[in-house]
Amino acid sequence: MLDFVQQLVSGIALGCVYGLIALGFVLVYKATEVVNFAQGDLMMLGGFFAFTFIGMLGLNYWLGFAAAVAAMALFGMLAERVVVRPILGYPQFSIIMATIGLGYFLRSIVGMIWGTDDFKIETPFSEGVLRIGSLVLAYDKLSVIAATIILCALLYLFFNRTTLGTAMRASSENMLAAYYMGIPVKRVVSIVWAISAAVATCAGVLLAPITFIHSNVGLVLGLKAFPAAVLGGFGSIPGAVVGGVLIGVIESMAGFYLPQGWKDVAPYIVLLVVLLLKPEGLFGIHMRKKV
Amino acid sequence: MRFMFKTDYEDDIRLFPHSGYVVSYGVLLAILLIAPFVLSSYIVSQLVFVCIYATVGVGLMILTGFTGQASLGHAAFLAIGAYTTAYLQQFNVPFPVYFLAAGLLTGVVGALVGFPALRLQGIYLVIATISFGFIVEEILARWESVTHGNEGMRVKTIQLLGTSVPRDSPAFYFLCLGVLILTIVGTLNLLRSPTGRAFVAIRDSETAARSMGVNVSLYKVKSFAISAAITGFAGCLFAHKLSFISPEMFTLQLSIEFIIVILIGGAFSPHGAVLGAIFIVMIDPFLTYLKDDVPGVVAAVAAALGAGSERAAHIQSNVAAFASANGLKGAIYGVIIVLFVLFEPLGLYGRWLKIKLFFQLFPLYKRATFKRQKIYVKSERNR
Repeated sequence: MLDFVQQLVSGIALGCVYGLIALGFVLVYKATEVVNFAQGDLMMLGGFFAFTFIGMLGLNYWLGFAAAVAAMALFGMLAERVVVRPILGYPQFSIIMATIGLGYFLRSIVGMIWGTDDFKIETPFSEGVLRIGSLVLAYDKLSVIAATIILCALLYLFFNRTTLGTAMRASSENMLAAYYMGIPVKRVVSIVWAISAAVATCAGVLLAPITFIHSNVGLVLGLKAFPAAVLGGFGSIPGAVVGGVLIGVIESMAGFYLPQGWKDVAPYIVLLVVLLLKPEGLFGIHMRKKV
Repeated sequence: MRFMFKTDYEDDIRLFPHSGYVVSYGVLLAILLIAPFVLSSYIVSQLVFVCIYATVGVGLMILTGFTGQASLGHAAFLAIGAYTTAYLQQFNVPFPVYFLAAGLLTGVVGALVGFPALRLQGIYLVIATISFGFIVEEILARWESVTHGNEGMRVKTIQLLGTSVPRDSPAFYFLCLGVLILTIVGTLNLLRSPTGRAFVAIRDSETAARSMGVNVSLYKVKSFAISAAITGFAGCLFAHKLSFISPEMFTLQLSIEFIIVILIGGAFSPHGAVLGAIFIVMIDPFLTYLKDDVPGVVAAVAAALGAGSERAAHIQSNVAAFASANGLKGAIYGVIIVLFVLFEPLGLYGRWLKIKLFFQLFPLYKRATFKRQKIYVKSERNR
């Protein structure tokens, strides 16, 4: 039973990271119907920015964290402007390929600048554990869970309570109509990319104490975040986080209770089953084409 | 300038619309036939890879380019073809039999993947095929009684008609070339048959195709099966060319390379698959060239422009460090994919068609002829 709870908590912590990456997918997908295959790589780049600010320049952890988030938000805008905006409105597959190309580029550039070693960021949560009875919970894992809850709450409030959030929901519903209503759709989209890159950076920095960051971490985790996003229904913000947590728990349980090898494929098997039985996901809305 | 007067439906679907085609393809075939006796064995070996990649590219094109069903799992089909080859070889099955078996088995697997894929659209299909690729990779690594797991499997030399066909002989090149040509001709014939027309109709609008009486499910499964079977045949040749296969060769990276083949070549014509394959295979020799020769050339140019010898040496070492940096290949892939998607969405073959049209219509060419339409309403989400 104790093992089970221990696995559950580490699964939830890992799942929160998947959830945060999936959240980035969902934000961008909702606003522009673009699936950003480079989301995991944005997370990786955010982690490396934070490593540079904290580990190499010696900034305070929180200051470095904030600087990395700000830098990545700008980078997200830049990526949207250069790679995505010129092909908005073209078939989805072109855009997917463009973001795959962006991901390749980021991975190898990071490999060239920072090298291909593993890096670790010293955080206030790196050491120390919380003991409840005989249950041992590491602070780094708890910090991920807490941060995910806070981020989700902030995003929820932002989307439902602010004018800018409403504008984003409007332009995600119908870009053309939003444009006619006077919403600056281009600026809205670039802000969405900034937010999505910032969320990815949070994921990268929080992840750093749990698994080290290296130039391929984004690819590995980004691909695990797809099942999370699909499980939650691609267009739903709470769905992404719930999906991420489910995938994290499934993976961690499969690693513990099933023979070797299941851990890596379990998320994808779940994904295929979900796609077959309920393609719109747990929280998705089923849409039909009007002819 | 040539004027084509079409008087009959047959004129529209002819393989060779006029005699010029026969001459130019005849010359190309002749060049390809004498190539192994003129070129160095290294280049012939690269040509074999071009043939294999182009075969996979044509297979993928049937699914992605003509039926409009994206797939990022074709490395798995290639793997199934390659492992079928290696497995059947252990029982001394003759080449023609296991070659056919590799294609047929992969085709059956493709059809089985096609059934669940019927319910999926766009991005979901992409993710599902990625998952399929991962699962196959994991099965290959774990099913040790058949696949020998991560140790991999050796593939013996082909025995055909009592003689052996080593993997670097001209005969092997001709075999791969023959398979490629058969695939291309077969695909062209498929495309002018009702089946191919149904594929294209599904790509352009599923709803319209269905209302015209096309059995969408049946043709999607057919498209998956044909595409997978072609990839399986290519997998058999791939296994022989490498003479050793292991699960980590058939990763998502390889699937992405196949997509790059048709993206760069142009996903609407078999020409594109061949051009894209040439491009992908050329990247490695190009990187070697970049590493070995370019720094010296740059330094020589710098010296000729009046830089001191010390400065030239400095430039040379900087260029060398850049050219041999880890992951340069990834960066080149990334930049090329983005540039092609942004500026040349029809690929290399599309560029060739544009140039041809420019000269045919000389003073009257309009750039807008090839312009794509942008759609801002969320069509794909509501399909």
